[in-house]
Amino acid sequence: MIENRPLTTLIAHLVLLAGVAIVAFPIWITFVAATHDAVRMTQVPLPLLPGDQFFVNLKTVLFEGVGGQNATPVWLMMTNSLIMAMMIAVGKIVISLLSAYAIVYFRFPFRMGFFWMIFVTLMLPVEVRIFPTFKVVADLGMLNSYWGMTVPLIASATATFMFRQVFLTIPDEMLEAARVDGAGPMRFFWDILIPLSRTNIAALFVILFIYGWNQYLWPLLITTDADYYTVVMGIKQMLESAEQSPDWHLIMMTALLAMLPPVLVVLSMQKLFVKGLTETEK
Amino acid sequence: MLKRVHFGPSILPFLLVAPQIAITLIFFMWPAGQALYQSFLLEDAFGLSTEFVWFDNFKDLFADPYYVGAFKRTAVFSVSVAALAMLSALLLAAMADRVARGLYAYRTMLIWPYAVAPVLAGALWVFMFDPTLGILSYVLTVMGVDWNHKLNGNQAMLLVIIAATWKQIAYNFLFFVAAIQSIPKSLIEAASIDGAGPWRRFLTIILPLITPTTFFLLVVNIVYAFFDTFGIIHAITQGGPNKATEILVYKVWYDGAVALDLGSSAAQSVILMAIVIFMTVIQFRYIERKVEY
Repeated sequence: MIENRPLTTLIAHLVLLAGVAIVAFPIWITFVAATHDAVRMTQVPLPLLPGDQFFVNLKTVLFEGVGGQNATPVWLMMTNSLIMAMMIAVGKIVISLLSAYAIVYFRFPFRMGFFWMIFVTLMLPVEVRIFPTFKVVADLGMLNSYWGMTVPLIASATATFMFRQVFLTIPDEMLEAARVDGAGPMRFFWDILIPLSRTNIAALFVILFIYGWNQYLWPLLITTDADYYTVVMGIKQMLESAEQSPDWHLIMMTALLAMLPPVLVVLSMQKLFVKGLTETEK
Repeated sequence: MLKRVHFGPSILPFLLVAPQIAITLIFFMWPAGQALYQSFLLEDAFGLSTEFVWFDNFKDLFADPYYVGAFKRTAVFSVSVAALAMLSALLLAAMADRVARGLYAYRTMLIWPYAVAPVLAGALWVFMFDPTLGILSYVLTVMGVDWNHKLNGNQAMLLVIIAATWKQIAYNFLFFVAAIQSIPKSLIEAASIDGAGPWRRFLTIILPLITPTTFFLLVVNIVYAFFDTFGIIHAITQGGPNKATEILVYKVWYDGAVALDLGSSAAQSVILMAIVIFMTVIQFRYIERKVEY
């Protein structure tokens, strides 16, 4: 603080509080809606203070689902989301670690060719190659499977670049010392590189978990079998059925559950999250 | 790029890059090539015959008022989202720089919308603005505004812009705070001794010094608005009413999945790819110069 100006400090706090209020307002409304029953949620104006139906709604949503007899229970959707998010995050980290290791520590033919090939994936987000990719996945018989939902998304230029950057900062003496001690390439990788990049791996995991959990368009195309629905997709189907009979209290409870894991990850691992975000630059 | 001390040639490095390269070839290169190839084909509605038509699909697209309209809508949408999200994040970051205590708490409460999926953000906002039940549309009605984003195209556009902005403020805020805090305190102190007040210091010192971050965020925000907002639009308006919120990414999906016009959808994909490549080149040229302050 350069000078002491109580008034400007007060204004700063007020602006920040207003910002927090605007950012938090939709979540408050969601939470309130999730605590009322169906009847209250059809009376205008809708409540601004929570009711007492939270656990009733929670139980309905988790074990019965929303939208009648054939609805998918939300616990199953949450499990699918978790599997998908974990497979995407772990898959991206593993293949990026391996290829960054090869590119930084080995001299081999086509090394730069491979590097540019990985770079190009940055320019092909799933949205722009969606139908041809869908066709490939269909031809490989990977529709309605966790593999089809995750593998086409796990090539990652940003993660490879980040690990490349990390490896380049590791002193050459490490490898020399490891060699003198008789360590082979894989031993060096496991016992020295992986432990040294542990915080980067953790930071990247936080970002990629959120990325994986929030996937929407891709699983929407790949899954037609309700057993593979993820919770983020589930919300959209509930919104569609809400055109006829709006079960807003249940939809908002599902929305709350769907955003809980990634939000918790961000809040509980804030340092790693910020590190991951600034290091991958996206 | 390569370590001075490194391993000699063997089969191992090929095995190490193999998974990444295999996925890149099968799920990136091949589909992108297919999209390119298909964009030159004309298929009839039943998929019985295909004809190679060179650039006809592209010519048709740019002659199609809906496609040109989608371009304009995307421009309006992405510029509005980038401007709103960056200005509000900059305001909050500048204020956060002025509070000695509580920065961490404010940051915690401001960053979590980043973790909310776009389609969920859409669901929250469409609930609050539901024409019959929504709490905010109720407030608007009381104030005499007739809100119905299901019928009014401008209101629909406004709603998707608000939802997309709400989600992006967190990201911009983090980067602006980091940029402002990395400015040497001695500069601010010197200006202060010369008699510059907070507002003057912000305009003449902070703002010019964070230009690289601002430019980086501009590219990131435009890319976000172009490609990551599909879920928001899908949840709130489905491109409607009467295509008022149909942006390019949404149209690619709609023409391929609903209208089943694969040739046109592929041509649109190719145009989008060109846009991504352009943005990536800008972003990377910038990243190389980022350290120069």
